[in-house]
Amino acid sequence: MTDRAFSVIRAGALTTVQDLGRPGHAHLGVPRAGALDTPAHRLANRLVGNPGSAATLETTLTGCAVRVRTATTVAVTGAPCPVTLDGRPAPWGAPVRVPAGAVLDAGPATHGLRSYLAFAGGVDTEPVLGSRATDLLSGLGPDPLTDGAVLPLGDPHGPPARADAVPHPGPLPELLLPFLPGPRGDWFTETGLRTLTTGRFRVSPASNRIGLRTEGPPLERARSGELPSEGMPLGALQVPPNGLPVLFLHDHPTTGGYPVIGVVPERCLAPAAQAVPGTPIRFVRMR
Amino acid sequence: MRPLPVGEHGLLIELDSAEEVEALHAELLRRAADGALPPLREIVPAARTVLLDGLADPRGLLAELATWDIPPLTAGDRPTVQIPVRYDGPDLAEVAALWGVTPDEVVRRHSATEFHVAFCGFAPGFGYLTGLPEPLHVPRRDTPRTKVPVGSVALAGPYTGVYPRSSPGGWQLIGTTDTVLWDPRREPAALLTPGTRVRFVPQETAR
Repeated sequence: MTDRAFSVIRAGALTTVQDLGRPGHAHLGVPRAGALDTPAHRLANRLVGNPGSAATLETTLTGCAVRVRTATTVAVTGAPCPVTLDGRPAPWGAPVRVPAGAVLDAGPATHGLRSYLAFAGGVDTEPVLGSRATDLLSGLGPDPLTDGAVLPLGDPHGPPARADAVPHPGPLPELLLPFLPGPRGDWFTETGLRTLTTGRFRVSPASNRIGLRTEGPPLERARSGELPSEGMPLGALQVPPNGLPVLFLHDHPTTGGYPVIGVVPERCLAPAAQAVPGTPIRFVRMR
Repeated sequence: MRPLPVGEHGLLIELDSAEEVEALHAELLRRAADGALPPLREIVPAARTVLLDGLADPRGLLAELATWDIPPLTAGDRPTVQIPVRYDGPDLAEVAALWGVTPDEVVRRHSATEFHVAFCGFAPGFGYLTGLPEPLHVPRRDTPRTKVPVGSVALAGPYTGVYPRSSPGGWQLIGTTDTVLWDPRREPAALLTPGTRVRFVPQETAR
C-alpha cells in the first residue's frame, strides 16, 4: 500500500465510506447507497479540493479518529463536533492541514448524528459498480470501519476551494418532512391519511441508513394484506402492518410489498440524516 | 395500464399481468437503447408494476406512454441461462408433500419448467423467477432461517429464486448450485436480469 493512506484509531459507533452512491442498478436489487447528508458530503469534499463524487467518511453520533501516513488536508462537516489534531483543538467546517503521523479526531456530535470527513484525494477503496459507498443492506462496498483498519487515499485533486459560508446547523428541534402523495394512498382511510399530517411522530431509535423509523399513532388502513412487490424510490414513506411509516433512506431495499403513502423529495432528505432518536417529526403534504 | 405518481420525479405504472409488465419493460429498454426515452435514473420492473424514477418531467412521459404500441414478448427475445442444481435442499421432502408427489418428481417438474426472471430485488443478483403453474406454488416457511447458504435454490409463492449470498430467508430450499449469481467484477454483475430465461439442470447427488 502506498503512503497515501490512513489508519483507523477509533472507528466510532458506525463509520462508513460514502460517496454519491450507485444509482441505476435498482433493477438488479442494488440500493442507491451513498452519503445520507449529501450537501454536507459535497461541502466536505469542496473544502479539501475534491469533486463531490470523491469518497468521504460518514460517522454516526460518536465520530471517529484517524492517523494519516502523509501530510493531508482534511475537513469535517455535517453534524458539528469538536475536532482535534493530536489532542489540540482544530476547526470544524474548514480545511485542516494534518501532518504525517498526526491523529485527527472528530469527536461526538454536539448535535445531529452524522459528520463527514473528507481527505484531499478522497478515500480510495475499490469501487463496486462505479461507487465506493458502503451499502449496509446488501453488503456492497467496504466494510464499516474497524479500529486498526488501513484505508488508501487518492492523489490530491487541487487546492482546497474557498467556501463563502459553511452552514453550522443548530440542534434540530423538529424534523420537517414535506411529502407528495404516494402511489398507494388508497390503501389508507381518510382518518389514516389525516393521522400522518396531524399525528405526533418521533424518530425511533431503530432508525438506520436503510430507513428512518417512526414512533407515533398507527395509520389506519382501508385494506389489509400485502401488495405484490413493487419498486421503491428513495424517500418513500412505506407503511408496514404496524401502521408506523418508515422513511426509506439510501440503503433501502429496491422493491417491497408494503404500501407507500407518500414520497419525500430527495432534496428534503438531508435533515433526516441528522435527526437523533426522539426528534419530533412533522409530515407536511406538499399538494 | 394505470400510471401512479411517485413523488416529483417518478411514475409507477401498474399493469394487469406479469406478461404485460415484461412487455412494457422490454419496450422501455428498447426505447432507452435507441435514445428515444427521456433521461432517467432507474427502471424497476416488479410483479405488477414498472417504476420509472429520476425523470425530469414525469407528466410528459405519461402523455407519451398512452400513445405507445407495446408488442407482446416472445420467448426468442430473451437470453437463456442454464443453472446446474444438486436437488439436495433440506425442504425437498416438504415441497414434495405440498405438491403430493415424490422428491424425484419435484426434481423432474422443477427442472422441466422454463422459468424467466420477472424482476429482481431482496439482494443484489436475486431474481424472482416465474414459470411454475399455480398448483405448485408453496407458502414461505413459518419460521425463516437465520442463515440460508449461498447458492440455495428455493421456492416461495409463485417464485423460484437462487440466493446470491448467504442471508436470512424464509423460502423452501430444494437444492444447491455452484453457479455465481452475483459478481461485481463481471459485466453484467448479475447473472439473472429481468427477462432472462432460466433452466435448472439436475446434477447427480448422493441423496
